[in-house]
Amino acid sequence: MVDARGYACPKPVLMTEAEINKTNADEIIVLVDNRTAENNVANFAMSKGYKVTHDREGRDFKLILKK
Amino acid sequence: MSKKINPLIIVTGLIIGIAAILLTKYGNPKNMGFCIACFIRDIAGTTKLHTAPVVQYLRPEIVGIVLGSSIMAFASGEWRAKGGSSPALRFILGFMVMIGALIFLGCPLRMVIRMGGGDLNAFVGLAGFVVGILIGVLFLKKGFELKRNYDTANLDGLVLPIVLIILFVLFMIAWPTLSKYVADVKAEVEGATNSTPFAISTSGPGSMHAPIIMALAFGLIVGVLAQKSRMCMVGGIRDIVLFKNFNLITGFVAVFVAVLVGNIVLGNFKGFSVQSQPIAHSSEIWNFLGMVIVGWGSCLLGGCPLRQLILSGEGNADSAITVIGMLVGAAFAHNFSLAGGADPGMVDGVYKVFELNANGKFAAICCLIALLIISVTNLNKVEE
Repeated sequence: MVDARGYACPKPVLMTEAEINKTNADEIIVLVDNRTAENNVANFAMSKGYKVTHDREGRDFKLILKK
Repeated sequence: MSKKINPLIIVTGLIIGIAAILLTKYGNPKNMGFCIACFIRDIAGTTKLHTAPVVQYLRPEIVGIVLGSSIMAFASGEWRAKGGSSPALRFILGFMVMIGALIFLGCPLRMVIRMGGGDLNAFVGLAGFVVGILIGVLFLKKGFELKRNYDTANLDGLVLPIVLIILFVLFMIAWPTLSKYVADVKAEVEGATNSTPFAISTSGPGSMHAPIIMALAFGLIVGVLAQKSRMCMVGGIRDIVLFKNFNLITGFVAVFVAVLVGNIVLGNFKGFSVQSQPIAHSSEIWNFLGMVIVGWGSCLLGGCPLRQLILSGEGNADSAITVIGMLVGAAFAHNFSLAGGADPGMVDGVYKVFELNANGKFAAICCLIALLIISVTNLNKVEE
């Protein structure tokens, strides 16, 4: 689980990258609060071979990354 | 990040390049069709935060960019009042980015516009800019962060757009008197007075401007496009290094191509050279170091001066503080004689290069030391 709410890019992508490197988990949930970060994290995850599901959590964005 | 290129970013870059060429054709200073740092400096001048007589004008482009971004952000549901991310650090980073930009004589956008105008000094600036970004990226990789932001009151996110609208309306009310004053001074009418609260340049770059409506319109268009495309001059180089992502850099290249082609078409292009470039100097070490400060500072801030304006329009109070930091930085740059100036040119048959004074050199070194301290003290170790 990566909570990148409140951060602007490139931080959310770097946080996601660190989580992937650390856990190599098959499923990672990433929370962000702006659409730029939502798109950038999704694109990054896809380039790392994850499938991305987009969801909303209130005004924030929830990304579910699955291998 | 995907390697996909967003066509909108190329369109944004081309439009900025075309805007720069047209605004210059219709009155803006040469190679300064679109420069965020120069325009904010002129606004600091017209509001008498500094008193350098040649750089005083309320640039409608800035008002347009912020409002264009607000309009787009509201229309797409992206407007959101956020704030609280290390505001004082952001203020001082904005301040230093402006000092660096005014030593070089231009923000990253004007750097590219100068490159497209054949100014080789701007390529030296580019080298400094890249080095600054590389240093910034190094710290980003080591875990540099300005603390997270939070939702804030809607009014907090609206402060900058509202202040800009009020300033612009007041300036428009004063405009008939101001333009008569400028005309009188130019015609050497005796007893010409400016009875408005605004200062206005009667000569120099501040006196050169495109029609107000045109400048405002181009500002709005660029604001709308840059909000949608996330155009950022710093992000372009940063993303290549960090993620091998070439999306944002295409905007950077598009500005260069549009300006170069535009200058060639209009017959302004006289080849690439170092000497006698418009509002530029060839004191290369300071061109280089000025842009190191801009690149490094902007990288820590998460975006170039244009991007800060766009984020301010989207409700980001931290970026609004950054913009105010740039405004105050511009005032200090001129009040304390830190800014660069044009080469004096040919004197007695010898080309004389602009010499940055001791204040400017001292300020630049202080900025570099301060950037290092800010970078090192805000490392939040990334867990491997």
